[in-house]
Amino acid sequence: MKPSFLGFLGAFAFTFAGAIAPADAQQPKRGGTLQFAISAETPHYDCHGSDTFATLHFAGPFYSTLLRFNLSKFPEVEGDLAQSWTVAPDLMTYTFKLHSGVKFHDGTPLTSTDIKATYDRLRNPTQGVVSTRKATFADIGTIETPDPLTVVFKMKAVNAAMLEHFASPWNCIYSAKDLAADPNGPKTKINGTGPFIFVEHVKGSHVSGKRNDNYFKKGLPYLDGFKGVFTLQAAAMLNAIQGGQLLGEFRGISPAERDRLVQAMGDKIRIEESSWTLNLLVAFNVEKKPFDDVRVRKALLLAIDRWGGSQGLSRISTLRAVGGVIRPGSPYATPEAELVKLPGFSKDIKASREEARRLLREAGVPNLSLTLHNRNLAMPYTPAGIFLVDQWRQIGVTVDHKQYDTAPYLATMNAGNHDVAIDFSNLFMDDSSLGLAKYLSLDRAPENRSRSKDPQLDALYDQHLRERDVEKRKALIRAFEKRLFEQAYQQPLLWWHRIVPTHKVVMGWKMSPSHNLGTDLAEVWLNQ
Amino acid sequence: MLRYTLQRLLLMIPTLIGVAVLVFFMLRIVPGDVVEVKLRGDGGSVSQEVIDMERKRLGLDKPILAQFGDWMVGLATLDLGKSMWTDRPVTEEIAIRLELSLQVAIMATIFAVLIAIPLGTTSALMRGTWVDYAVRIITIGGLSIPSFWFGMLIMMFLLGFYNWLPPITFTPLYVDPVANLTQLVWPAMAVGYRYCAVVARMIRSSLLEVLNEDYIRTARAKGVFEKVVISRHALRNALLPAITVIGIEFAFLIGGLVVTEQVFNLNGIGKLFVQSVSRNDFTLIQGMVMLIAVFYVVINLVVDLLYAVFDPRIRYSS
Repeated sequence: MKPSFLGFLGAFAFTFAGAIAPADAQQPKRGGTLQFAISAETPHYDCHGSDTFATLHFAGPFYSTLLRFNLSKFPEVEGDLAQSWTVAPDLMTYTFKLHSGVKFHDGTPLTSTDIKATYDRLRNPTQGVVSTRKATFADIGTIETPDPLTVVFKMKAVNAAMLEHFASPWNCIYSAKDLAADPNGPKTKINGTGPFIFVEHVKGSHVSGKRNDNYFKKGLPYLDGFKGVFTLQAAAMLNAIQGGQLLGEFRGISPAERDRLVQAMGDKIRIEESSWTLNLLVAFNVEKKPFDDVRVRKALLLAIDRWGGSQGLSRISTLRAVGGVIRPGSPYATPEAELVKLPGFSKDIKASREEARRLLREAGVPNLSLTLHNRNLAMPYTPAGIFLVDQWRQIGVTVDHKQYDTAPYLATMNAGNHDVAIDFSNLFMDDSSLGLAKYLSLDRAPENRSRSKDPQLDALYDQHLRERDVEKRKALIRAFEKRLFEQAYQQPLLWWHRIVPTHKVVMGWKMSPSHNLGTDLAEVWLNQ
Repeated sequence: MLRYTLQRLLLMIPTLIGVAVLVFFMLRIVPGDVVEVKLRGDGGSVSQEVIDMERKRLGLDKPILAQFGDWMVGLATLDLGKSMWTDRPVTEEIAIRLELSLQVAIMATIFAVLIAIPLGTTSALMRGTWVDYAVRIITIGGLSIPSFWFGMLIMMFLLGFYNWLPPITFTPLYVDPVANLTQLVWPAMAVGYRYCAVVARMIRSSLLEVLNEDYIRTARAKGVFEKVVISRHALRNALLPAITVIGIEFAFLIGGLVVTEQVFNLNGIGKLFVQSVSRNDFTLIQGMVMLIAVFYVVINLVVDLLYAVFDPRIRYSS
């Protein structure tokens, strides 16, 4: 039994822009080893303490989660280790029934104690353990295990998105026995219940796994094994895909890289595309003058022609969709008709820029100069930065565009030393509980790069988090978005577009708007 | 010679201490640390409490001088610490990659020396002829074309003409020599071409200089065969500056193949260096800088000792 808003979510499927659906109707074949690219290497194996896709693309095949997203009907959730579940009408109790006969790779059976130990670690990690999801599960009051196959979560407060959070790919289920022996064990040892058993990790080179013959989903996985090769340089990765050494890359490539593969490989390559749960945003440091003046911030947002920029940037970068705080096309996203009425989204760019110039004059900075703080990554940060320099030049603003490596890039923003920054948001799902969190007051959201403190936004967020009625929740999100953009603290520039190349022989892999989902490879097979 | 060697070995200690001090403090000038990159680099919403806890665990909350003290004590006990990114010992992280980098460096050196000596010698002996011009064009090409670009050309050629690429993951030489050489011969060629050009030009110029020396004229006047004049008297002396270049190039190859390693997706020291710098993994960067510094000073010593072998007039003991 799911809460009402989930049915609403399920009614929406994410959009594939120009997607080529894999021919999954064929009978899957068993055997073969999938060799694919992972464009970054995980620092450790612990899903709970990581935020990088590199951990999931590495460890996803070895682990199961309680629930997961159904990628054929995204954003619906489905059971993974949970065979069934019930949610109390007041959303204060979640009861999960587990599949029986599930075993960890070391042969020990999975019970509700393992689920409890995992979630205790996530919500209340012991000293020395890093859980980056502690806040996400702060609303859980107690976890009970009435029998080995039942686990009951009792909440301290309603969280309308809790079921989606249970489906988070980061909640890898660990063995209670392993955690008792060494709470930090998952950082260096892998013992999951997933479709593949860990074989080796050669640092800097690859990770490999072999089929788990005792996997609880009968008949799966199809592959004998997999090898994820760390290819940090795009050219090397493309060469390897073209040469057939690698059969795909599941994070995403740029349009130019896609075109190169299509041109070189013709009908041997399959390209799947989708909008992406990532965006770049423009953040004004409200602690620095003149960005403490809402007129200046608003003027700078008004000068950006997102609709025109989307057309140009989408040809050369992974940036594409114009949207508000929620991914365009997803259930809670603001429709275009409403979006164009918000500051910074008008299609009448001439009028917007006229208004921008007026606001700058009124604020006493008609010839504003600013430093744009950006990350030193070619895709898509550099084109986004150059685009902004050009947009602001058109209202007489002089921009000094500075790009930094990740560490100084983040450190400068954390210290509040930037004027204006190109920041980013990386989500694994569309739910607003995640999407809006970045815009909360600085004391609640350290990743808020505008450093704004706005109790009104905080209150709207809290209210929406506890709201179960879909329409009321949507209204609260709209109110939040309107307030955020009127105050012009920060605003999404453009949303990313995901392009995934696979050889045509790779079957059963499912595209989704998040590169953090669908990493277990259980249903992937090779048509050769 | 033994005393000289011991003196040189002792002199390495202040050199390496200087490197250790410099690398430690220079790294701390750049803002930011590994914790931010690890926990927030991919857009994660991580509380400040978690960030601070991780900083404390890694000792980044300690005063700079205390961190420096830990580093120097570690060095004195040959403990380079753990990578702040992976929590694994720095020595382990380096050892995994060093085998590959060393092998590429050795193969490139063999490739370069085997080609450069005959090429440089021929060019000098046939000065002003079309052979000399041809060699000079080849060597100028080697100096002008970046190794990584030559590597990309090799890859495009293999892919375009044979629809084949070398293996993408490393197999040690002792496990499967064929797979190993199939993978590494290409990057060795890519970097060896530039290396060969540098050495060949050095041999050519120093041989031209030596050929004008009085002792060469004397040898010829004595009726020594031209082959012997060249091989025993001229080339042996002309090789001295080339040995220095070969040594420096070899040391450079250990950590300097950054882009070439990426082109061939090689899991070498250069790639690790770039990764650790981009992550601000202080301990790993420090460890690698020390490793490369050790390589440089040891190779310098070896080069100096080789001088005595090639030139009997050089006697360090005196």
